[in-house]
Amino acid sequence: MLIRLEPQGKQIELPGRRRVRELLTKLGIAEGTVLVIREDELLTEDEVVEPGDDIELRAVISGGSA
Amino acid sequence: MKCKRCSEKAAIKLRSHNAAFCKACFLFVFERNVERSIARDEMFTHDDRILVAVSGGKDSLALWDVLHRLGYTTEGLYLGLGIGTYSKASQQRTEEFAEQRGLSLRMVHLEEEDVGVTVPDAAQFTRRAPCAACGTVKRHHFDRAAHEGGFSVLATGHNLDDEAARLLGNVLHWQIPYLAKQQPVLEPTHARFVRKVRPLYRTSELESATYAFLRGIKYIVEECPNSHGASQILYKQLLNQLENEMPGTKLTFLTDFLKHGRQAFAAQPAGQLGECERCGMPAMGEICGYCRLVAEVDRRRSQAVAHS
Repeated sequence: MLIRLEPQGKQIELPGRRRVRELLTKLGIAEGTVLVIREDELLTEDEVVEPGDDIELRAVISGGSA
Repeated sequence: MKCKRCSEKAAIKLRSHNAAFCKACFLFVFERNVERSIARDEMFTHDDRILVAVSGGKDSLALWDVLHRLGYTTEGLYLGLGIGTYSKASQQRTEEFAEQRGLSLRMVHLEEEDVGVTVPDAAQFTRRAPCAACGTVKRHHFDRAAHEGGFSVLATGHNLDDEAARLLGNVLHWQIPYLAKQQPVLEPTHARFVRKVRPLYRTSELESATYAFLRGIKYIVEECPNSHGASQILYKQLLNQLENEMPGTKLTFLTDFLKHGRQAFAAQPAGQLGECERCGMPAMGEICGYCRLVAEVDRRRSQAVAHS
């Protein structure tokens, strides 16, 4: 599966099928800090992503006040 | 995972609510929560004219969308900060949003000579951090546009994460005047100010991002290039670590401060506001903070030209 990290614009290719929870743990991303997007839908942590899936992990943190 | 309200397949899990929701129920709950915040803090009514400060990001566009759907009278205000391609992209997102919904959008471009200084100029020619200069510039133009446009309320998209991070920063540095003023509704302290409100102060970034996504709002995902290393982002990351271990921490931290803590700081005497000799907007001294910034940029720019 192809994982796209936004807004960094980074891409990672991962083999196999796995739950979203496991995917986030593997990438060191805390739950609730990204939207997990497959095509036009959001995925919850218990859902399974398959080989061939195109997944966007979109960070929700924004800001910059000093 | 199933929706807490209707048992359909969930789209989002919110640990802070100990619940998951499907698309329809999440949108319903989000809008209801914003409406409850507006009512709880008596932010405004359907008789008010509300100027919504919009940046092209998820929070401000989600806010404008919700207020429009709830039937409030709104206009948008976009401030072009002059931050290269980032500003151009954020303007485009904002214009598309307004056009698709037939909403009125006001534009102020800092790059136009008679408007003032851009954020990159302010950061380059003064010792201020870009985010600090940006805050000064935004406050001035938001206040001015709201006053000159005859609006009764100025609404911004600050969310729970913004407010909790700001509170943490203010506590770590014991910023007493800022702690005294940190609240979701700021009543005007001068005839040229309007009431300022933050209707999303109880909703998290995850919720506003989810709302924007599920509503099909095309917001700018990339970060402001000046925000890298900003202290607010570090505070947010630290709060997210706490939230991960103890869901609900951010909301409790902020709302308990508003309920129990703020009053202790609000007792501090505030200075008398006059009017700026240059722009006429409210000021603590003869010149407001914004005009001091503009003057400093002009002076240092002239010095730089003279030495080149």
